[in-house]
Amino acid sequence: MENVDTDQIIPARFLKATSREGFGDNLFRDWRYDKEGNPIDSFVLNDPTYSGCVLVAGKNFGSGSSREHAAWAIHDYGFRVVVSSFFADIHKQNELNCFVLPVTVSEGFLAELFASISADPKTEVKVDLPTQTITNLATGSTETFDINPYKKQCLSEGLDDVEYLLSKKDDIEQFEANRK
Amino acid sequence: MPQTLFDKIWDAHVVNRIPDGPDQLYIDRHYCHEVTSPQAFEGLRRRGIKVMRPERTVCSPDHNIPTLHQDQPIQDPVSRNQVDTLTRNATEFGVTLYGLGHPKNGIIHVIGPENGLTLPGQTLVCGDSHTSTHGALGAVAFGIGTSEVEMVLASQCIIQPKPKKMRITVDGRLRPGVTAKDIALYIIAQMTTGGATGYFVEYAGEAIRALSMEERMTLCNLSIEMGARGGMIAPDETTFAYVKGREFAPKGEEWDKAVAYWRTLHTDEGAKFDREVRFDAADIEPRITYGTNPGMGIGITECIPAPDPEDEQGKISFEKALGYMGFEVGQCLLGTPVDYVFLGSCTNGRIEDFRAFASYVKGKKKAPGVTAWIVPGSWGVDKQIREEGLDKILEEAGFELRQPGCSACLAMNEDKIPAGKLAVSTSNRNFEGRQGPGARTILAGPLVAAAAAVTGRITDPRV
Repeated sequence: MENVDTDQIIPARFLKATSREGFGDNLFRDWRYDKEGNPIDSFVLNDPTYSGCVLVAGKNFGSGSSREHAAWAIHDYGFRVVVSSFFADIHKQNELNCFVLPVTVSEGFLAELFASISADPKTEVKVDLPTQTITNLATGSTETFDINPYKKQCLSEGLDDVEYLLSKKDDIEQFEANRK
Repeated sequence: MPQTLFDKIWDAHVVNRIPDGPDQLYIDRHYCHEVTSPQAFEGLRRRGIKVMRPERTVCSPDHNIPTLHQDQPIQDPVSRNQVDTLTRNATEFGVTLYGLGHPKNGIIHVIGPENGLTLPGQTLVCGDSHTSTHGALGAVAFGIGTSEVEMVLASQCIIQPKPKKMRITVDGRLRPGVTAKDIALYIIAQMTTGGATGYFVEYAGEAIRALSMEERMTLCNLSIEMGARGGMIAPDETTFAYVKGREFAPKGEEWDKAVAYWRTLHTDEGAKFDREVRFDAADIEPRITYGTNPGMGIGITECIPAPDPEDEQGKISFEKALGYMGFEVGQCLLGTPVDYVFLGSCTNGRIEDFRAFASYVKGKKKAPGVTAWIVPGSWGVDKQIREEGLDKILEEAGFELRQPGCSACLAMNEDKIPAGKLAVSTSNRNFEGRQGPGARTILAGPLVAAAAAVTGRITDPRV
């Protein structure tokens, strides 16, 4: 499925919480449950043959609304990596800020991965952040992926942007003074 | 070296360049609404820190608020809690709040420009993807996530990779009956819903220059719907005339100084863009969407196209979209019965949109089978509607004016389109369930919405 927008990842009516927890229950809510709240069997998250912490998605994943709740829902559900051939900008940044790793792969790699998964739902994928590589263990195909060194360090060491920015307070005040 | 408009503003706001990494960007103006800010304020509380520059943040609740009986408590306790939380946070952290009942309350992207809070040359962010609206005034404005809202509150900065640059030029003149919304829906359909991802867009060309300030806001508002982080237009006499005299705009000598600087904010001759795209205004007719993303659109007289047979994944998504909408390939939508019409939102909730809608419905009557929600973007817009007597025209045609808010754009308040119903909406997204679970949305401009409201069908407003 392509162009999965953040309204599908988490519909707006579930954005009313004032904390970051619990959004995983409503991840893909309207694809996962019918109007009466019964699980829709054909949807992949309701199919027990599929499980794991890697979400594989068609191109242009996370388009639309900037709601970080979408990334929280993905994380809260238990996903730690999202693989796609193309991510929407704001959502990609939100994933990185919530310690979910967006891995951008080629169209070919993604198509092969979808094929492997449909042949064997237990297909394993190895994602290695230090070497920035992703491997489809069913076929052995490997690709490298991009991530900027700053965000890579944040993810590996659990660093926080706010702490970084607070450490730059003098620079910020200097910048303000220079503009006057 | 010749520079683009975008580079001039972005580069002037870089506090630090992280080697091989993103920029630490200073933010001049920060807007907050109730949905994407509570966890950010909570983050400050957890860290025991204050808002660094409270005078740069302005809050207004808009998503959850009802559009009737705003003097009474919000019925839904969860919505009420979110709005109350914004009030508590703004009070505790000392930032400006235009709360429910305040004369300046309204959709944050409407009240910012309206009050002169948004200015040319600013960097401007909000936890909302339609922040791109403010690019109309020549600001670098874009939507951010809640972690970034916390960064701005804590340090007045965010960490942000610099996007690539694209210029979209629209040459020539628009044909009569074609609105800014139609330009935007046309461009998005050509570019596709992800076609400008990774880019910041500058709109240029004769057709863009000729747009009023509010039309520019509609166009820039929808930049995100083709994936662009933002869209902007170089400030010019139209911009200065719009900003001058607004409450928070510079005054006197400060004004002259500001305008002198704003006049330097244009793309230099010979500046390089990563991508250039050109369109001809004469090719654009009134637009409607037929699918479940804003890129799935056609001219109002056209029929639904077939998907690319080569693109298998794309075909699956296309068929799912048409199945949801209940439409077929080759179908023409003119004459299709409509259940709901929504005029409003940060896309089309400004005075010019109400003038356009009123000009069409004047002396006509709303179709009996249509439910119409006519929702000003702010109390400022509401006031102007009444001053201009547009409320009387609407009333005589059978339309009731509601109270300002995001309303039926996103199904977070009481204004939800029921499942299966077809709505012609001047808002910005036709995603599955966007206007309510099972709701079917056709995006259009205010004139197409007015024609649908009067005839009860998809109708070309030019005939």
